[in-house]
Amino acid sequence: MSAAVRENPADKYLRKERMPSIWCPGCGIGTTVNCFTRALDASGYDLEKVAVVSGIGCTGRVAGYLKLDSFHTTHGRAIPFATGLKLARPDLKVVVYSGDGDLSAIGGNHLIHAARRNADLLVVCVNNLTYGMTGGQVTPTTPQPAIASTTPYGAFEQSFNLPHLVASCGGVYVARWTAYHVRQIAKSMGEALQKKGFRFIEIIAPCPTLYLRRNKLGEGLDEMKFYQEKSVVMNGADTREVSLDFRDEIPVGKFVDIERPTLEEAMESQLSKALGAKYVPYSLPVKA
Amino acid sequence: MSNANSSGVLTGSHYLDGDHACSEGAIAAGCRFAAGYPITPSTEVVERIAARFPRVGGRFLQFEDELGASIALLGGAWGGAKAMTVTSGPGFSLMMEHIGYAAITETPCVYINVQRAGPSTGLPTQPAQGDMMQARFGSHGDYRLIALCPNSPQECFDLTVEAFNLAEEFRVPVLVMLDEVVGHMTEKVVIPPAGEIPVSPRRWTKKAPGEFKLFEPAEGSLVPEMTMPGEGHQIHVTGLTHDERGYPNMTIAAHEKMQRRLFDKIVLNADRIVKWEEKDLAGAEVVVVSYGITSRVAEKAIQAAKEKGVKVGSFRLITAWPFPEKQILEMSTKVKAFVVPELNLGQMSLEIERVVGGRCKTVGVPHVGGTVHKPEVILNAILEAVR
Repeated sequence: MSAAVRENPADKYLRKERMPSIWCPGCGIGTTVNCFTRALDASGYDLEKVAVVSGIGCTGRVAGYLKLDSFHTTHGRAIPFATGLKLARPDLKVVVYSGDGDLSAIGGNHLIHAARRNADLLVVCVNNLTYGMTGGQVTPTTPQPAIASTTPYGAFEQSFNLPHLVASCGGVYVARWTAYHVRQIAKSMGEALQKKGFRFIEIIAPCPTLYLRRNKLGEGLDEMKFYQEKSVVMNGADTREVSLDFRDEIPVGKFVDIERPTLEEAMESQLSKALGAKYVPYSLPVKA
Repeated sequence: MSNANSSGVLTGSHYLDGDHACSEGAIAAGCRFAAGYPITPSTEVVERIAARFPRVGGRFLQFEDELGASIALLGGAWGGAKAMTVTSGPGFSLMMEHIGYAAITETPCVYINVQRAGPSTGLPTQPAQGDMMQARFGSHGDYRLIALCPNSPQECFDLTVEAFNLAEEFRVPVLVMLDEVVGHMTEKVVIPPAGEIPVSPRRWTKKAPGEFKLFEPAEGSLVPEMTMPGEGHQIHVTGLTHDERGYPNMTIAAHEKMQRRLFDKIVLNADRIVKWEEKDLAGAEVVVVSYGITSRVAEKAIQAAKEKGVKVGSFRLITAWPFPEKQILEMSTKVKAFVVPELNLGQMSLEIERVVGGRCKTVGVPHVGGTVHKPEVILNAILEAVR
């Protein structure tokens, strides 16, 4: 007698009718989504009140696979869309889920300003060090001298240290993990979901098809072993010290966890101070 | 159709410029979410919004650039609010991608463009009507939307209300295309009592989650109903070609079905959308077709031509897109010529030529912008055309 097949706990969070996903074997994005579903599961949130916003690219497809209200927006603009959504719907938990190129290159301006104004968003940035969807071009996070299709002789620019970028702009929660750290990711996501303000979790993830192959670094599994060996937990580290170098140690952990007024709180408090009784606070849209 | 909520409506007679009248129109229409980025000569719209919104329960945020502003309003719109942004010239160019995104995702929203002379930075404080074709086709890919052209502060108020109503009725981005003169000219604006301002509410579906499809046209219509997040529908919205559930579908058949409906819902409803103002068309030999500030200048030329005994009529475009094809075509069989003054080197006149198809003359009266036409130039074109 065969054992009953147990339902995967992630299933209820996925649009199963859209499976299989477009992601390659060994890709780290699906792993992070699995962690996200676990964080949601643990949170006990009313899933009707959680919305996911993605930009463009491999990670940009996350919104389309999650069985939540989900928005697949334009390249680089998930954060301002999400900022608008959250301002119009303060009752929602809004999560931005996108990639390193989308969030830090074309969307870089929005990233720093949303952190500065402490927009009440959780941003999950899957950093695979390359543009996967378009075939493996260099991104602002590609370390020197990695090979990408548009740096065939090796990347030559200094790459972004994303936790430092976000922390210095005012993000209230900043963490980095790798796709190897599934429990830590889920825990971090859970913690960040409970917080208010601009929260940023970077997840270093393998792109076997493009980044690993082009740099002769093996398969997805080899990269997991690499993450296991090279990750150094540095909770509370000064974010200036957590930059990533090519094949060097990977500082991971929770770097920032502070409190300050969110965009919405600051807006409401200033307007109500200035206008007093004349201030009419925003109310949720109602169906007429 | 219902009526405006009285709490925000500034009922009464005012002395307002066109930009400020747009802000009041938005408030009267129920707009409670706006995103902006300053740019001359449109800034006064968001300045007034920034001052007025906190007193009427609205939320405004100035973004880091027009790319952010032009999608933040779509986030607001999907959140369930009536939403808009405002820009000019270079900002309008930057917003193009999101006008396309709003078109494919069928997001009800309003973009106001106070036109200045271009290309590029051009003449930031001076008028033009050079964005008329950009309003139609500025975003990549093929789509149709609605664009309105006020010619007075009063009409800035009226057409901003109308823009929000059309946006809801057709789930489409609606552009309000001012020019700098209309934006900055100050005239009497009468704001009616809230109960007399017709306002289209969002067409919320009554269907249950699982039953409702976000991109399936409502029965007997080409336009789908709406819902908002937080209601258990688990909606998916994407800029990719999608099916009726909103799921990406990369087939030609899906693209044909989606794109055709986006096109048809505007083109086949042109009769419900198109508005114009006509004067003295009966027996006219020449008809001056104009819009925005140019129509105000043309009035003087038309008067002068009449004094010279020319049978001249006037047709003012209130809706630029969809273009009033039927009306122009009908007139083209009766008149000798259309005279088309505009603050560009020929944009709407191209459309008139296309529709007319040689049945009568189309005489453009181009002007690079920076200022308005001299009425004599338009008069000369009328006299030339009638010959």
